[in-house]
Amino acid sequence: MTLAGYRRDADTHPPLDSPEYRSTRLRHPTQPLTLLPHRLTEVTGPLLGPGRVGPLDHDLTRQHDGEPVGQRIIVHGRVLDGDGRPIPDSLIEIWQANAGGRYRHTGDRWPSPLDPNFDGVGRTLTDAEGRYEFVTIKPGAYPWRNHDNAWRPAHIHFSLFGRSFTQRLVTQMYFPDDPLFGQDPIFNAVPERARFRLVSRFDLDRTRPEWALAFEFDIVLRGRDATPLEDGHG
Amino acid sequence: MAELPTTPSQTVGPYLHIGLSWDDGPYVVPEGTPGAVWLCGRVLDGAGEVVTDALVESWQADPDGRFDQLGWRGFGRSDTRDGGYAIHTVVPGAVAGQAPHLDVSVFARGLLHRLVTRIYFPEHERSEDPVLRSVPPERRDTLVATRTGDGYAFDVRIQGERETVFFDV
Repeated sequence: MTLAGYRRDADTHPPLDSPEYRSTRLRHPTQPLTLLPHRLTEVTGPLLGPGRVGPLDHDLTRQHDGEPVGQRIIVHGRVLDGDGRPIPDSLIEIWQANAGGRYRHTGDRWPSPLDPNFDGVGRTLTDAEGRYEFVTIKPGAYPWRNHDNAWRPAHIHFSLFGRSFTQRLVTQMYFPDDPLFGQDPIFNAVPERARFRLVSRFDLDRTRPEWALAFEFDIVLRGRDATPLEDGHG
Repeated sequence: MAELPTTPSQTVGPYLHIGLSWDDGPYVVPEGTPGAVWLCGRVLDGAGEVVTDALVESWQADPDGRFDQLGWRGFGRSDTRDGGYAIHTVVPGAVAGQAPHLDVSVFARGLLHRLVTRIYFPEHERSEDPVLRSVPPERRDTLVATRTGDGYAFDVRIQGERETVFFDV
């Protein structure tokens, strides 16, 4: 059996031990990771198809009787692999705070109101060209307790599967020119040259006049190794 | 073709449950499937505390060692809000010269990137498995589930004594 593995991209990602982000202290392995060559289990992945996505799951502004409060935005982009190939028919899940920076989660108790018309949860599938689009509300910043007067920059959580176990990625999309970037240890844990890849681009062409602003966020999952493995045993 | 730089990982954060929990998440196979077992365990931090804001995902072959059979989901997902994860599945078959195993991802607040581990089963011959053989012998046990009344138990120890072996995938 001939299998191509995926290129390794460790230099893209934040280190698991990132002391400025205090929750990593007891939650990073202290033993070195063991290299796992890619075999069949790593180059295959689940097919999580249309049955998981309802008709309004991509539009977070239309999931209740009324409209949510806040700035209506379109978030769109493409999911590609590291060779520039689109990843079609792939599940994307997002979740986020409301316009005031509050999550609809029992653990989020900070004094900013919930919005009865906003859950902050969306799903969609990429199309044949790897494109996706969500309609939502621009999330607010919110305080957390990592350090004195810590605030998370506005962000939307993204979960992607790609085509294989190896391509699985959970990340966060940020907004251009956020003044809170400088003090955020989660954003800054990413190597400096890679941070901008997490920041969406304001996209005037995709705004809808008198309706919504737009931001573009392309996501790149790992590409294939040039050389196929010799066999299924890697 | 030009190589594109990949998108960096970020933590799922403490509110992962609203975005990633599915009602049917734990069910790799439906209830009532012959041979189905519950695979359960805790995620523990470096202080030995139970992590309740983690998400455990599994990917595995079917009992014949195949991934591509029509209707085979192969995927399980469980959060740990009740103190542990629980996945309802069947024991996979051997895959391409490897002992039967699940590939597992662990996400949590405080994890800036997923952790990847494997779960093997106590009843199988594992001495020729190439992945286990790449692990120091004294740590291999951290990758093997133990038998319980209705299936198997497998704790993920992120840090500290008997730290689980994690893989650079």
